[in-house]
Amino acid sequence: MTSTQYERNVILSNVDYDVVGTRPIRPDGVDKVRGRALYAADFDASGLLHGKVLRSPHAHARIKSIDVKKAEALPGVMSIVTGKDLPESEKDSDRYARENILAGEKVVYKGQAIAAVAASNPHVAEEAVSLIEVTYEVLPPIMTAPQGMEPNAAILHEGLTTEELGEKTDKVSNVANHFQHIKGDVETGFSEADCIVEREYNTVTVHQGYLEPHSATAFWNSDGRLHIWCSTQGAHPARDATAKILGLPVSQVRVTPMEIGGGFGGKIPIYLEPIAALLSKKSGHAVQISMSRADVFESTGPTSGSNMTIKIGAKSDGTITAMQARLAFEAGGFPGSPVNAAAICVFAAYDVENAQIDGYDVVVNKPKSAPYRAPGAPNAAFACEQAMDELSQQLGIDPIDLRLKNSAKEGTRRADGPTFPRIGAVEVLEAMKDHPHYSAPLGANEGRGVAIGYWFNIGFESSVSISVNADGTVSLVEGSTDVGGSRASIAMQAAEALGIPMEDVYPSVVDTDSVGFTAVTGGSRTTYATGWAAYEAAQDLNAQMIERAASIWDVDADGIECVSGVFQSKSDPELKMTFKELAAQLADTGGPLMGRAAMNAGGLGASGGSFAGNIVDVEIDPDTGKTTVKRFTVVQDAGKAIHPSYVEGQMQGGSVQGIGWALNEEYYMRDDGSMANTSLLDYRMPTSLDIPMIDTVIVEVASPSHPFGVRGVGEANIVPPTAAIANAIQGATGLRMNNLPMNPVAIMEAKWKQNG
Amino acid sequence: MPGKTQVQTTINGESVEFLCEPRQSLLECLRDVIGLTGTKEGCNDGNCGACTVEMDGRIVTSCLVLGVEAEGKEITTIEGIADGSELHPVQQAFLENAALQCGICTPGFIVSSKSLLENIPNPSEHQIRFWLANNLCRCTGYDKIVRAVQDAAVKMQEA
Repeated sequence: MTSTQYERNVILSNVDYDVVGTRPIRPDGVDKVRGRALYAADFDASGLLHGKVLRSPHAHARIKSIDVKKAEALPGVMSIVTGKDLPESEKDSDRYARENILAGEKVVYKGQAIAAVAASNPHVAEEAVSLIEVTYEVLPPIMTAPQGMEPNAAILHEGLTTEELGEKTDKVSNVANHFQHIKGDVETGFSEADCIVEREYNTVTVHQGYLEPHSATAFWNSDGRLHIWCSTQGAHPARDATAKILGLPVSQVRVTPMEIGGGFGGKIPIYLEPIAALLSKKSGHAVQISMSRADVFESTGPTSGSNMTIKIGAKSDGTITAMQARLAFEAGGFPGSPVNAAAICVFAAYDVENAQIDGYDVVVNKPKSAPYRAPGAPNAAFACEQAMDELSQQLGIDPIDLRLKNSAKEGTRRADGPTFPRIGAVEVLEAMKDHPHYSAPLGANEGRGVAIGYWFNIGFESSVSISVNADGTVSLVEGSTDVGGSRASIAMQAAEALGIPMEDVYPSVVDTDSVGFTAVTGGSRTTYATGWAAYEAAQDLNAQMIERAASIWDVDADGIECVSGVFQSKSDPELKMTFKELAAQLADTGGPLMGRAAMNAGGLGASGGSFAGNIVDVEIDPDTGKTTVKRFTVVQDAGKAIHPSYVEGQMQGGSVQGIGWALNEEYYMRDDGSMANTSLLDYRMPTSLDIPMIDTVIVEVASPSHPFGVRGVGEANIVPPTAAIANAIQGATGLRMNNLPMNPVAIMEAKWKQNG
Repeated sequence: MPGKTQVQTTINGESVEFLCEPRQSLLECLRDVIGLTGTKEGCNDGNCGACTVEMDGRIVTSCLVLGVEAEGKEITTIEGIADGSELHPVQQAFLENAALQCGICTPGFIVSSKSLLENIPNPSEHQIRFWLANNLCRCTGYDKIVRAVQDAAVKMQEA
């Protein structure tokens, strides 16, 4: 490995830039530390009404009747809507989307929206909601994937039939889809193995836990056009989804994305937007709806609980001969769990000849699952990376060496089909092995675990325009909502390409009327794809600036080049202008210039994806079973870290979400299908006191597809922690924790079971 | 509901009078009645700390204080932390240390951190983590927040 240590925690990269790789202050920072940034619930409009939503108290029930008369009679109530106010949809998938906004004949999870009221203030709206009378026929709830797959299980959707290996069947079932990836032949592979590990693993439902509850304001104007101000990870996708639910052409909806208080995938789906729109249409007023924390837990998509079986076989020298997975994921009330993504990621770290993956998407009576940071991959890694750990112990091979021996690399074909371009799995594993943490001594009751995880990252659509100001600065307009500092990382790529300081780029995130289509801030795509679009827009602008310089100097444009923001003649050293000097002349030499780019940056895995690895030390209290994370190191391949501080921030944030998922977080479900812990006291996310500093190592194996080598870093970091912590707990106690969460109760029960 | 109550209070050094219903929280009054939306709502039951403000020198979660309880009190919100247009060292440290991502918890963290450094000017890492344990952040993993507070402590002691 040729490693060039050019920054404390960045290894491998050997390309230096002027702006890329530095750590400037983010452009939106001052507003955010002064409380001036406007989030969705901060929006105000004249005559604003407040909406509240009536939600199902039952996890599974048929709606017999809805009576809104008493609510209508309450003074201050301005409008009421139910599912009947939404246009009918023909396709099943559209009907599911509609019923997740406002229920139809059935409710399939507790918290599903049934009706909504707009009133002069939120308290009146709340009172009115309590006056709506609904009668239900309560049905038995299905709470887990295995339960839903039982032959005589209660059926959530009478019209839902299983899609079996790509073919539609007429089998009515809670299994929406069963798919399979096969590479080689696992039977042959297992027959060649000297050692086989086969285990079953379970994970429970957990929530993204963004601190800002969902909020949306809608105003349906008299000209028929609907304007929405909301908290969303993607203004254009929110616009399109709202238009589809309401049966409108996309042009009739305009979405202004407000600042967004966290999302992690959970603010990709829409919930409140169509409801606020209908309440606005009926009342003639702008209507704002904000969720309570309990609404967020019970009515928005968490990520799936899952039931998984992993089987891995290897020769005594550590060569893996076969890997097999059976992944059954809870979709929630409507089809669509992240099991497909889990299947892509489960064995992605390994180059194995024989693999088989079976995936099952199963509807259950919980909120419809939504993306959560590398959706599905942490579940899969919890299973695969524990099985790998057991295998390393049985073979007597160091766990990192076992992974290195079988590591995926450029040219490896994954079980789900694609062949990897240049990736950084080996480099991440080597950086883990070289890290002083890996060989540091352990104390009493302590254990160390390692794991690696993969997320494929996506490309998709981004649009950017850059206008030149007379003072030599530029205004950059983009459509990617900024959840974690992406205004900075996008502005930096534009600045690098233009050869000007980052502080001379003023980025704005604008509404859907003001910029071309831009896909969600998600899939680790924003710095990758919108950053790339900013680079292309800068190139477009540079070409026009060269044309302008050519006309000013009356020379051929081909004879001019732009080097680090200086336009100069290739032949005459006297002809030279900085970006600022040329910008000042634009008005008098033909008018303003604007560069633009509207592009598709590729599909799934466009950048090759990112690998992340963990080294974790835990201490287990032998009397209480409480786990304390003593030391945590995360290594991740960023391709190229545009703003290393925000790359580290992603790595640290994802790691701590993983720690919470491993040790505490769960939807604690009662037998009737209701969630018992709907507050942030009882749904216990990590606090500052629960965790240590999170050490980061950024590996830079440039992505071959991106102008600066960016891979995208938002997600892979949440993939390995649950398994790394499970492996560390095993190291400390000898206990194999095959189910999440690994809380003190679970650890003590496992201990008592082990002791008989 | 009974009628509204007149409340006389001091917010960010300015005398403020407002009308509120007895059921309205201080958080609701700050945001919806007075128009100071820098204080955020994350849970409305005192568990996330996004609505933290200072009241008579102590930090409180404003969602658990009634608007009428503000009578005669001195309240500082995020909007009152900077000295005019000059950022407080804690605000500057959050910017320079990249201690915010989405920013929704940031006002609460800054109000809490300022209070910490006024009470314990040179806190240990444990003291910082303990003081800030009622402020949830889901984006950063707290590492850069703790470092920002350490940085601000040094800068404030140098000043």
